[in-house]
Formats: sequence, C-alpha cells, structure tokens
Amino acid sequence: MMNSVILNAATRLLVSLLVLFSIYMLLRGHNLPGGGFIGGLTGATGFVLYAIAHGTEATRAALRVEPQNIAMIGLGVALAAGVSAAIFGDAFFTGQWLFLGATEDDKGLPLSSVLVFDIGVYLVVFGSILTLVLALEEEV
Amino acid sequence: MELLVAVMVGVMVAASVHLMLARNVLRFIFGLILISNAANLTIFAAGRLTPERPPLIPEGADAPAAQVANALPQALVLTAIVIGFGLFAFALTLVYRTYQTLGTLNSDEMRLAEPRGEDGS
Amino acid sequence: MSWTLASPIIIPFATAVLAFLFRRGPEGRWLSVIGAAALLIASGLLMAEVWAEGVVAAQMGGWAAPFGITLVADLLSAVMVVITGITGLAVAVYALADVDARKEELGFHALFQVLLAGVCGAFLTGDIFNLYVWFEVMLIASFGLLILGGRREQLDGGVKYVTLNLVSTILFLSAVGLLYGMTGTLNMADLHGAVQEVDNPGLLVTVAVMFMVAFGVKAAVFPLFFWLPASYHTPAFSVSAIFAGLLTKVGVYALVRVFTLIFTTDVAYTHTILLWVAGLTMITGVLGAAAMNDFRRILSFHIVSQIGYMILGLALFTPLAIVGAVFYIVHHIIVKANLFLVAGVAKRIAGSTDLAAIGGLYRTAPLLGLLFLIPAFSLAGFPPLSGFWAKYVLVKASLDAQSYWIAAVALVVGLLTIYSMTKIWGAAFWTPHPEGRAPRLTDLPARDRAALLVPIASLAALTCVIGFYPEPFVVFAERSAAQLLDPAAYVGAVLGEASGAAAEAGPGLAEPEGGQ
Repeated sequence: MMNSVILNAATRLLVSLLVLFSIYMLLRGHNLPGGGFIGGLTGATGFVLYAIAHGTEATRAALRVEPQNIAMIGLGVALAAGVSAAIFGDAFFTGQWLFLGATEDDKGLPLSSVLVFDIGVYLVVFGSILTLVLALEEEV
Repeated sequence: MELLVAVMVGVMVAASVHLMLARNVLRFIFGLILISNAANLTIFAAGRLTPERPPLIPEGADAPAAQVANALPQALVLTAIVIGFGLFAFALTLVYRTYQTLGTLNSDEMRLAEPRGEDGS
Repeated sequence: MSWTLASPIIIPFATAVLAFLFRRGPEGRWLSVIGAAALLIASGLLMAEVWAEGVVAAQMGGWAAPFGITLVADLLSAVMVVITGITGLAVAVYALADVDARKEELGFHALFQVLLAGVCGAFLTGDIFNLYVWFEVMLIASFGLLILGGRREQLDGGVKYVTLNLVSTILFLSAVGLLYGMTGTLNMADLHGAVQEVDNPGLLVTVAVMFMVAFGVKAAVFPLFFWLPASYHTPAFSVSAIFAGLLTKVGVYALVRVFTLIFTTDVAYTHTILLWVAGLTMITGVLGAAAMNDFRRILSFHIVSQIGYMILGLALFTPLAIVGAVFYIVHHIIVKANLFLVAGVAKRIAGSTDLAAIGGLYRTAPLLGLLFLIPAFSLAGFPPLSGFWAKYVLVKASLDAQSYWIAAVALVVGLLTIYSMTKIWGAAFWTPHPEGRAPRLTDLPARDRAALLVPIASLAALTCVIGFYPEPFVVFAERSAAQLLDPAAYVGAVLGEASGAAAEAGPGLAEPEGGQ
C-alpha cells in the first residue's frame, strides 16, 4: 500500500475505466480480438491497482465477494453454458444461439451460450488472479 | 524463417538448461519459464510459418479468400500460454512460501521431507 | 451417447463448484461424497454402454472428428473411469474423518473433485492436445492438495513435485507440437493412420521417446521417479491415497494409449527401451522401499516398483502381456489406495507413521491388522488375492515371450515386496508399542471410525472378490487388450461414426454457427 495522493486520486478513475474496458473486451470477444481471458486480466488489473493504492483490506471490501468464490462461480457458469446444450438435445458444449429481434436481412442481437461461457472464463480469470495477488500482497 | 526460429528455440533451451542446473530453486523456475516459451515457439514453428494474412474469414464468406496462416498452432500456443501462466504463478508463490518457511532456496539444503542419514541417501 | 461420456467430467466439476461455495459448513464434505457417488454411478453407466456396444465416441460441440475435440471410451478408458469412481468415493468418505476443518475451508473438497475431473478427462479424451490440458487440470489440483495446510515438509516435497512435473509437462507440450508438425493432426485415432505416412521414421521415434520421457515422469518410472518418494508421504492421508491410487496410473494409461495406438511403427526399438525401463523400475523401487523405515515412505517406493510391472506388460506387447498390464492397473489402484488409507488409521491410533515409533497394533487392533494384510498380501502377490493373478499373467507372458530375465526380475521383486510388507507388519503390528501404549480402534469416535474403516473394508472386499473370482476380470482384460492391440474399432468409432453422423445430421451441425 502506498500513501500517494496522486495515485489514490488517479486510481478511483482508473479502476472504473479498466473494469468498463474489461467488459467491453469481454463482449466483443466472439468475433474480434478480446474475450473472457483478456477481459478478466484487464479487470483484475484494475483491482490490483486498487490494492496497491488502498491496501488489500479495502480491496476485499470493495469486491464484496471473496475472489476465490468469484473464480468458482465462474467455473460453474462456464460449465452451465456447456451443459445447457443438453436442453436442446445437442452434444456437450455445442453453442446455442438466440437472435433477438432477428428479421430477414438483419441478425438482430445475437445471444449465445458461447458468450455465457466467456463470462464464466472472465470470472475465473478475474477471481483467480485476484486470489493470488491479494494473498501475495498480504504476505509481503 | 523456420531455421531462424529453430536456432532461437535452441538458444532458449540452452539458456534455460543452464538456469535449471543451478541449485537455486528460483533460477530453476526462471529456467522453466524460459523453456516453456521455447516449447510454445516450437509448436508455432511446427505449424509452418507463412508470411500470409491472419486467418480471418471475411463477413458473408464461408472460407478465407486467399491462403492464410495456420490458425491451429496459434490456438494451441494460446492455450499453452494460459495454462503456463497459471502454473508458473502457482510455482512462484510456492517458491516464495518455501523461502519464507524454510529460509533457503538452495535445493541441497531442502531435505525436510527426505532427511539425510535415515536412508543413507 | 455424448452425455454418458461427458458426465464423468461434468459431475466432479459441478461438485467442485458447490463444495467450494459450501466449504465453511458440513454441507461441503457431504456434497463431495454425493458427487463422488454420482461419479461412480455415471462411470458404471458408461461401462455398461461400452461393454454392450464396443468403443463409444462423441464429438464435443458437434464438431466432427478429426477437427473437433473427441471424447472416446474403449474398455480400458471405461474401466479406468470406474476405478476412479470407486477410489474417489472411498477417499471422499475417508476424508470425512481425515481432513480437518481448516483444510476444508481452504478448499480441500473442491480441489479433490477437480482432480477427479482431470483424471476422468485424461482417460476419456481422444485428442492428444486435450490430454495435455487434462494433465494440467490434474496437475494444478494436485499441487493445491499436496501443499494444503502448508507444513514445512509439505512445502519441501511440494517444490520437488511441482518443478519436476512442470519439466515433464513442457516436454509433453513440445512433443505434441512436433508430432503435429509431422502429421498435421492431433486426434489420436487420426494419428494412428497419419504416423504410417510420415516420411522420416527416425524423427517419429525421437518424438515417441519424448512422449515416453514426459509420461514416464508422470508415471514415476526409472530413472524419472525421484519426485514421488520425495512428496507422497507429506500431505494428508486422503491425499496420499488418491495420489498413490490414481495419479501415476494416469501416466501409465497415457503410455499404454500412445504406445498401442500411435507409436507402433518401431516396436522393436521403443518397446525394448520400455522393457529395460520396466525391469529397472521394479528393482530400484523395491530396493528403495527396503531401505525405508516409514509406513508411507515404504509404500511410496512400492508404487514405483509396481509401476514397473505395468510397463512390463506394455513393453512385451503380446496379447497376454497387455491383459496382464490392464489387470495389474485395476488391481493396483485399489490395493495401493487402500494401503495408504490403512497407514492413516495406524497413524491416528498409534500416533506416527515412523515404524520405529509405533507397534502393538495386532494385539489391540486385530481388525486393522486383517485389513492391512489383505491389500499387503495382494500387493506382494500371495495367492489367491488379486495381485497373485496379475503377477501370474505377467510372468507367464514374459516366459511365453522368452524374456526369461524379466520374468526372473518380476519374481524376485515380488519376494522383496513380501520382505517390505513383513517389515511393516513386524514393526507396526507385531512388536509392542515402544511407549507401551495400547492403540485401539475404539479410541476413535464412533463416527470417525465408521468413516475411516468402511472405505478400507470395502476396498479390501473388492480385492478379495477379484482374487477369488478372477475369471470375469480376466475375460474383461482380454477383451480390453484385444481392443488395444487392434485399434481398428477405436479408429472406426472416432472417425467412422463422426463422418456417418455428419452426413446424417449435416444441416443440424452447421446450424449453431450458421449465423455468421
């Protein structure tokens, strides 16, 4: 933890920016560079910065949920995305797509189990990185 | 191009073997990190290096228009990097904890689990 | 069909998530037991299907082989998954009494279930890169389990385990890359055909040897076994038992798989190396065990020596030898896990695993004595227990193949195994306790006693069943060996069925990604 006014002030802004950017990276990931892993890393970077500026206790309080639990919930979400193919009678991990408001020549808003899987990956990466970093920070 | 990458892999492996032969466990881990990157490069080169376009399929088409780079090794390397990242993060944490607990990183002095003498080793 | 194949992987993962979220209460450990029981049922269903229909395969995500990731189960895979279910359930019950609340809070049950998922995944995958991924899943979970609790010896053993396994991992990865570079495929069934067409057989053998070394580290064969006796005696007993039963056997399984399915182009060279490795592994393991004076360390070295027998079966590469190898793996997992569980009870009631510090168990806890003797005699190969038949088949196979020296080695190592087992028996059970204590099973709380002894008794009963009625198991091993030596069914199930299914469900397969 560092006591620097500039860092403290900048962190508040940077954390929200990084988290927002990480969600952007997550959502564009299916067709463009990005995705759950990159997004999770970016998001975790935001909270690592927060931990450097405000200490680990404040970070844990800001996260509300324990990072280990976030990672495990992410694993559950990713697994659920794979298992969801069972409802439609497809093989394990078959992508399921729903095109909201699709018309003849417009795909509408594509929602898919692939995205749900990516959100799971995001949470796993986010949670496990923060688990590791916070544990290391607390020991030093 | 493949030759160049092959030479690079060779140099990296040589350097990492040098590091891994050290008694210091931290050096060993650094050697591992280096050699894992050499392995990634090996996979990458094994998929043939071509100075072509990235393997992206244009909107509306079913196949890439011209010859593109092999996408599979890229996917493999990406997976390997992600896994390696997790493993080495763990390994570094472990080495750090070990140093704190045992007070040494010299592998010759790490004999707690296998005490000297009792088995003559 | 795809779901019977995927469920042994899905169930432990789902259990891991739930068990972790409930890790602070008693629900976590019961979820783990329920999950392990569900895994056993799922594996039983898979086994029934494979037994009835032959090799079954499924493509993940509906991507046709050899492009997608294939899950495939032949009899060997199926029986390995069943054994994983059995040991998983036994250890999950044992852990009720063995693992303390602190380790549970750190996530013992979740790690344990992830380990089971990784092991099942490794047995069921039909893709060599996917095999690497499952190895890593397994490895990460085992790292966590090994150092859980963070005692000094655990960290010390952990460093050796982690570093050497990482080396093998990287070797495996490079070998996969080079193999892909030569053949252009990663699907194991497809590789079976593709390696026949490689122009440079020398290079292929080099890659085969890389795989041999990488899996050899995992399987703990001579001269790559040093991490095993350095670490297996340090963690909780439940962890030791599951490691001893399953982890090295995944390495053996991988060796059997690639050296029966893919690298059979130069059997005279590769399998001769394996034969030497097998002999030396048996000898060094058993000699190492003879020098030890700790319950768990003796057992750890015996894992190494027993691995030699399994490799021997693979190395001889005759139908009978493969039968022996399959039989041996099945028998060994049950027996070895059980011996570590017995060691845990001995430590609980007598206070140590150091043979010099305990004793008198036979007089005061005769039931434990009996439960030790069954797996111990089986390990040493006493008739009519399961180990006897396993060794008998292997020795007969080596005599048939006119490899007399390896048969002699196998017999001598069997004798030395008896020596180690009698050493444990004499020190822990027969001689009086050095501090004059009278360790009794009744000292344990009733609930703990049930949780500790029921798994041990069940596994011992299973050993006896295999021993007294070996016929169905040998028939099973024969069918399994026939599948391994003639991979046509395996290849057909993976590639043939995929092309058939693609033709049949062509439009349906294209649908999910069709929106692009």
